Amino acid sequence: MAATQAGMKRFYSLFAVIAVAGLAVLGYLLTRPATVSIPANVTVQASDTSGFTGYVKGSPTAPVEITEYADYQCPFCQTFATLQMPTIEERLINTGRLRWRYRDFPLQQHPFARVAAHSAACADEQGKYWDQHRRIYEGQSEWASSRNAAAIFRKYAGAAGVDLGRYGACMQAGKYAGRIQADQNAGLALGVSSTPTLLANGRLYKGRFDSDAITRLVDSLARHSTK
Amino acid sequence: MIHRMSAALLSLTGLFISAYLYLYKLGRIGSLACGTGGCEAVQLSPWSRVAGVEVALIGVLGYAGLLVLSLAGLQPGLAGRRWPGTLLAGLAGIGVLFTGYLTYLELFVIHAICRWCIASGFVILAVFIVALLDLRRLPRDRTS
Repeated sequence: MAATQAGMKRFYSLFAVIAVAGLAVLGYLLTRPATVSIPANVTVQASDTSGFTGYVKGSPTAPVEITEYADYQCPFCQTFATLQMPTIEERLINTGRLRWRYRDFPLQQHPFARVAAHSAACADEQGKYWDQHRRIYEGQSEWASSRNAAAIFRKYAGAAGVDLGRYGACMQAGKYAGRIQADQNAGLALGVSSTPTLLANGRLYKGRFDSDAITRLVDSLARHSTK
Repeated sequence: MIHRMSAALLSLTGLFISAYLYLYKLGRIGSLACGTGGCEAVQLSPWSRVAGVEVALIGVLGYAGLLVLSLAGLQPGLAGRRWPGTLLAGLAGIGVLFTGYLTYLELFVIHAICRWCIASGFVILAVFIVALLDLRRLPRDRTS
């Protein structure tokens, strides 16, 4: 009986050691700070952009070009990207009537916006920009409230088929911090102060942000460009 | 008793491995500590979910069940009874079969090996073996 009790005591001691060690490791992993941070307000070098002026979707000969300045953590940008853009893409971009240019404008009040933009830029290296772009917007409610958004972006990148080794190196290096800053500087120079901001053929658009309004705008600009 | 104690300790270890993989799937802990990168390839593959449920979550629930069963089987009123061991062996057996299927997927479909999944595979196999040894030591429960 005494031997059994001693055995049980040893068992519970060992059980407690494993439980405490396991919980300590998981607790550390859950509370450690995000390892990826993309610096803001960096000095933009010529090599940061190398002629880059946004991510482009659509025909190079389309009569109308819309440039969007947006922030991945901005809720209105998310609604626009997920609800309106699919229709705009199907109706206007895929039919050769519109070319879309997306530029980053991460707002200061959104702590993960710059990391999100950088994540998409790193996916772009592997030809997965628009896939990652879509996943980041669609998952905004998941990562915006997370403590480690970078890990969620990494998960999206993996699901998009991005090579995570190269992606990780790109993120750790903050390789595109300058390019994101260049986008933001370009937006500021044009008077962008909120997101999303659209420029249609270079002019600030002040209308409604829905696919029907954008279609009317494109139709109107296309008519003028052919006159 | 030693078999159920071993099953409890192994189940606790398996529970932490599964929890680690599940927290990764939730995007809460960054990247996985896995030298080859195979863990992420496996965890991010379409086969990391079964019927819409994360495999890692199935692991968490399975190991939690094994842990509860093995701890319950150590209590004075149940230590001499056979049925906790039978349930333990049954559940661990299902785990072994499921792990075998997942290992087949890793080797022949995904073509990547997740070290943490292999570790979990050894743990569930060990739980199954000690559960069988536990059954061998006990007489069948009387029904009357």
